[in-house]
Amino acid sequence: MDSRLVQAPSVSTGTLQGDGMTPVPFGAKSAIGRLMPNIGDFVFKNLTRLFAIMVFSLVFLMAFEMYRGSRLTIDKFGWSFLTTSTWDPVQGVFGALPFIWGTVVSSLLALAIALPLSLGVAVFLSELVPRWLEGPLSFMIELLAAIPSIVYGLWGVFVMVPWLRITVEPFLAKRFGYLPFFTGAPYGFGMLAAGLILAVMVLPIITSISRDILKAIPNLQREAAFALGATRWEVTKIILQGAKSGILGATLLGLGRAIGETMAVTMVIGNRSDISASLFNPAYSMASVLANEFAEATTDMYTNALIEVALLLFGVTIVLNGLARMIVWGMTRKYKTP
Amino acid sequence: MTPDRDANYYWRKGKNWAATSFSLACVALALLPLFLIFIYALMQGISALNLDFFLQMPKPVGEEGGGMANAIVGTGILIGLGALIGLPVGILAGIYLAEFGNNPLGVAVRFMCDVLSGIPSIVVGVVAYVLVVLPMKHFSALAGGVALAILMVPTISRTTEEMMRLVPQSYREAGLALGIPQWKTTLRIVLPTALKGITTGILLALARAAGETAPLLFTALGNRFWSTSIMNPIGSLTVFIFDYAKAPFEDWNRQAWAASFVLIFLIFVLSLTFRLVTRQRYDHN
Repeated sequence: MDSRLVQAPSVSTGTLQGDGMTPVPFGAKSAIGRLMPNIGDFVFKNLTRLFAIMVFSLVFLMAFEMYRGSRLTIDKFGWSFLTTSTWDPVQGVFGALPFIWGTVVSSLLALAIALPLSLGVAVFLSELVPRWLEGPLSFMIELLAAIPSIVYGLWGVFVMVPWLRITVEPFLAKRFGYLPFFTGAPYGFGMLAAGLILAVMVLPIITSISRDILKAIPNLQREAAFALGATRWEVTKIILQGAKSGILGATLLGLGRAIGETMAVTMVIGNRSDISASLFNPAYSMASVLANEFAEATTDMYTNALIEVALLLFGVTIVLNGLARMIVWGMTRKYKTP
Repeated sequence: MTPDRDANYYWRKGKNWAATSFSLACVALALLPLFLIFIYALMQGISALNLDFFLQMPKPVGEEGGGMANAIVGTGILIGLGALIGLPVGILAGIYLAEFGNNPLGVAVRFMCDVLSGIPSIVVGVVAYVLVVLPMKHFSALAGGVALAILMVPTISRTTEEMMRLVPQSYREAGLALGIPQWKTTLRIVLPTALKGITTGILLALARAAGETAPLLFTALGNRFWSTSIMNPIGSLTVFIFDYAKAPFEDWNRQAWAASFVLIFLIFVLSLTFRLVTRQRYDHN
C-alpha cells in the first residue's frame, strides 16, 4: 500500500538525480526500496528506540549489579546491617548505623539551613526581580550548582573549617553551650561543617526548581489578588500556598542531592564513626565511607559491605527523586494546560 | 478613613517591606559563598598557575614545583572514553524522546533520565567497579570512563531532546512535504538546526563530568606517573585535588587550588556559552 503511494509521482514527474536533467523514478534505486520504501524510517525509529530502552533499563542494571555485589553481607547480616554500629573489617563484622546517622543528620541540617534561604531567593526571582537582573541572577545560581563538589570541599577545608573552629564554634559554645548540640571541643571538622557545606550545595537546586514552580503559576492569580488590593507579600503568600506541593518536590530533590553528596562532605565531616548529639563532633557519612575505604577494601566481605552501603544510597535516592519528580511534573502540568 | 483601618494599612505595608527585605537578604546570603569561592579560587589559583602546571609532571614528595601534565591528559582520556560510550547512547535516546517520544515509553524514559541524574555519583562509581574492575581484577581508566559515561547519559539525552524540541514543527512538516523520509528529515534538517544548542549542552555535560571525583576514586584510581593506557590506573585533575588538599605540603595545596581554578574556569566559560546559545534560539522563535 505504501509503495503505491510513493510510486504515484514517479509516473508523472520523478525526481532530479544524476545529471540533474533526466528524471529518475522514485523507488527505482533498489529492490528493497521498492518493497519497503520506509525501511530507513523503520531502522531509524527502532534504533533510537533501542537506545532509549537502554537508558531506561540502566537503573535496573545498576540495582541488579549492586545487589549481586552485596549478596554476602545481605545474607549474613540482614536488617541488622542497618541497626548495629560495629564496623570492623578485620573481624568481618559490619553495621552501618553511624554512617546512616551521619548522612541523615548532616542532610537534615543542610535542609534546615537551605530551605528558607532558597525560598527567599526563589520568591525574589519569580515575584520581585527587575527584568534585567533576572537572567544574570539565575545564571549565578545555576553556576553555583555547576561548581564541582571537590572545589566546595577544598574551599571548606581551607576557608570554612578554620572559620568555624576559630569564630563560629567557640561563639556557639559560649552562648548556647547548655544545649547538647553545641558541646565538645571545636575541631572545625565535623557535623556542623558538613551541614553548612551541604546547605551551600543544595541551595541552587531547591532554588531553581522552586522558581520554576512559582513561575508556572498563572499570572491571572497574581492579578486577581492585586486587583483586590493585596500587597505584594500577600500576593506572594497566595502563590506560595498554590505552590506548596511543588516546593515539597524541590525539597525532596535537594534532600536526595544532600544524601548522595560525597567529596565535599568527606573532606569536612571529620570521618569518625561516632554517633553523638553534638554538631561539633566529627562524624561519618555513607558516601564518605565509600570514598575513603572502597579502594582499600581487601576481603570479599568488606567489599560486599561497602557495596551494600552504595545499594542503600541508591535505593533511598531513587525513591526520593522518583517521588519528587512526580510531584514536580504533576505540579507544572496542572498549570500548563489551561 | 478610620484610624483603625489606617493602622492596619501600615501594618500590612510593614509586613510587605519586611518580606521583601528578607527575600533580598536571602539572595545576598545565597550568592555570598559563590563570590567567596570564586574570589578565593581566583586569588589562590592565579598565583599558582604557570606553564609548569600544564607541562610538568608531579614532583616527588618534598620537592617544590612540578605540575599536573599527566592528570590533565588523564582527565582528557577519561572524558574521551566517557564520551565515546555515552554520546551515542545519549544522543540517540534523545532523538527518540524528541521525535517519537510522545508515548508511554517516552514518558518512562524521560522519568528515568531525571531519576538517573539524581543518583549520587559515588554510587555510579560502585556500579562501574562491579561491572568493570571486578571482572578485570584491577583498576583501569576504562572503568573510570564507564562511570563517567553513565553519569553523562541522562544529561546528554535530555539536552538533545530539549534542543530538538525547540526546532519549529514547521521545519519537519516542510521536509516531509517534500517527500523526504522522516529519518532524513530528522538527521539532515532538525538535528543540524538544533546542533549549536546540542553541542554546547554536550560540552557543558563533559565539563561537569571532568569535575567529578567520587566515581573515579576506585575505578580510575589515580596515578602519579605518565600513563595513557586505558587498561591501567590513570591520574585525573579532581583526584589530584583531593590528594593534594589532604597533604600537609603548602606547595601541593597551592597546586590543588590551581587545578580547581582550571575546572571552575572551564565550567564558567561553557555555562556562559550555553546560556548565550540557547537564549539566541528563543529570540529567534
